[in-house]
Amino acid sequence: MSRQLDAQAGHGTGDFVTINIGPSHPAMHGTLRVVALTDGETIVEADPEIGYLHRGVEKLAENLTYHQFIPITDRLNYCSAITNNVAYEMAVEKLMGIEIPDKAKVIRSIMMELARISDHIVCVGILGVDLGAFTPFFYLFIQREELYEIFEWYNGARLTNTFGRIGGVEADLPEDFEERWRRLVPNLRKAIDETDKLLTHNRIWMDRTIGVTAFSAEDALNWGFTGPCLRACGVKRDLRKDEPYYLYDQLSFEVPVGKHGDVFDRYMVRMIEMEESIKLVDQLLKIYKEFGPDDPLMAKVPKVLKGPEGEVYAAIESPNGELGFYVKGDGSDKPYRVKIRPPCYMVYQAFPELVKGEMVADLIACLSSLNIIAGELDR
Amino acid sequence: MNDWVIALIKVVFIWTWTLIIATIMTWVERRGSAMIQDRLGPNRAGPFGLFQPLADGIKLFTKEDIIPEKAHKILFNLGPILFALPAFSAYAVVPFGDKIVIGGKEILLQVADVNVGFLYIVAVGSMAVYGIVVGGWGSNNKYSILGGLRSTAQLISYEVPWGIVLLTTVMVYGTFSLREISLAQQGTFLGFLPNWGIFKQPLGFILFIVTAYAEANRVPFDLPEAESEIVAGYHTEYGSMRLGLYLFGEYVNMYTLAALMVTLFFGAWHLPYVDMSKFLSPFAYGIASFLVFFAKVAFFLWLFVWVRWTVPRFRYDQVMGLGWKALIPLALANLFITALVVQLTV
Repeated sequence: MSRQLDAQAGHGTGDFVTINIGPSHPAMHGTLRVVALTDGETIVEADPEIGYLHRGVEKLAENLTYHQFIPITDRLNYCSAITNNVAYEMAVEKLMGIEIPDKAKVIRSIMMELARISDHIVCVGILGVDLGAFTPFFYLFIQREELYEIFEWYNGARLTNTFGRIGGVEADLPEDFEERWRRLVPNLRKAIDETDKLLTHNRIWMDRTIGVTAFSAEDALNWGFTGPCLRACGVKRDLRKDEPYYLYDQLSFEVPVGKHGDVFDRYMVRMIEMEESIKLVDQLLKIYKEFGPDDPLMAKVPKVLKGPEGEVYAAIESPNGELGFYVKGDGSDKPYRVKIRPPCYMVYQAFPELVKGEMVADLIACLSSLNIIAGELDR
Repeated sequence: MNDWVIALIKVVFIWTWTLIIATIMTWVERRGSAMIQDRLGPNRAGPFGLFQPLADGIKLFTKEDIIPEKAHKILFNLGPILFALPAFSAYAVVPFGDKIVIGGKEILLQVADVNVGFLYIVAVGSMAVYGIVVGGWGSNNKYSILGGLRSTAQLISYEVPWGIVLLTTVMVYGTFSLREISLAQQGTFLGFLPNWGIFKQPLGFILFIVTAYAEANRVPFDLPEAESEIVAGYHTEYGSMRLGLYLFGEYVNMYTLAALMVTLFFGAWHLPYVDMSKFLSPFAYGIASFLVFFAKVAFFLWLFVWVRWTVPRFRYDQVMGLGWKALIPLALANLFITALVVQLTV
């Protein structure tokens, strides 16, 4: 299809015109490309082309030791690198049968929830920018900056965190972590609240988002949606609740669901999830305080990790949806095969279906609200 | 002094003044957006970054001037001129103060008191769309064409309610001259309100301000240059001073529209309840009337910036829907009611 549309580029067929959007375009996050056949402003057909950010991540894994691959996972969904790290570590630990200490579980959960907030901030902020509302983006990003300060303060990295080690985490939370978090929470809540005030009940915002690229729950399930995009369609599925890992079954939190699966619902689901994540971190910190400073952070793991023969699949609820790692070991210190299941990939499949018949401006809104991250899409 | 010299001085003054305002507006826009968004904004060049527009101007002038190979050379060159020229000319009939007495000679603070001032503004204002269409078409870029198309549709649709609102004010004041309209807004209305257009035409003012935003291509009506959708719309391919003219013309348009708003609806140079001409010397009065007028204009210019950084952008079909389904019927209803009232009371 792509080739067909390309051939027509510049000429148009009959009443239609092909517009090439991306890979270098202000609204294409990363390097996505969509070739759209348009009738005036209406999209007759949209054809996304992927692979512009393909770096052969999965192949790289086969030539690196289990530990060496962790920094590469940072480069998948770079908006929330920590969740990628943990998902990979979880899969490897499952393969090797390592049970990590409870304290490490709590620290991982705390950091993952922070990463979730920062990821949602990016998504909601950019959605605003793409719809012409520039200001909420800054309100949110100033707070994301604070979150990054916390990450930086934990292990020195801001964006590509390389968080955790196989068998646990590398370091305890810094001493005044809680104090710092308490300082951040009111500002974060205020930023979310201000965004809510500026956008949610804004007439223009509602016109631009409600009913735009709506998707039914059945379709969403058939296309393999997960995460906020699926929940926006009204399916209450969250791996933290449905297949709990770590301590999530001991925590109480709401899983927000939408109704119509349109841009507005996706936006709302993310807004509520940010609030839920704040509550989760509070609960986790309470559990964390029960541990002593000398409690182990790492399970007993050999110096040279050798994966046994066998294959495992482990998935977590990343901010974008189900992020799974399939790891196959062959007894050596390198994985035989690593297959990544990024949530974006499944969601982006449905993109032509979603935007058919909508307008060019909706295509941009849809893309932002799906939160397609080229890094994890192309791998 | 010769009348010719006075006219020339006025032309030069208003031209420079408009240029200065447009330049300062770019600074206000950037600092204002920074203020709204919790940032600092440009603060390196000069005090408070006030020389930033100057630096931008130098940058625009010294940048390489690129004309795309497949572009239509003539149209591509013509576009920015067609856009900027009407923007500058439109201000000619808008007053910028009452009158000033220098050396015993009374000088009206207006370049030209044309008795069909309104028609002139509507005529010249409509020319700007050619600049956008020609520029968009001449660029030979699909984004530019889309931007040009959006702009044409938008400007043409919004000129209708805009024109109707202007017509309504003409009916209220019984004149086409902007100076006479300004003069008519002195004193009080119904005994306690300032005799300003907004109190006589509240709906008219709302319609006017909405259409003015659309005419100026400002958020929420900035679809012709919606950067997240069509890169930069009609000026995607433009660079250096050609782009500068487009950007500049936009601010000049804003200034004219804000001045028009003040002239029609906010009592031009009159202060509410106070008649300045009674206790100020004729010279001081001239200066004061200019300052009062400009203070009001400055508020509306700030409003443009304020709105831009607060609300999202409409979609193309929504802009059309709002224009044709809401604004035009409302403007017509307003016209009808005004006609009735004018007919019954006069």
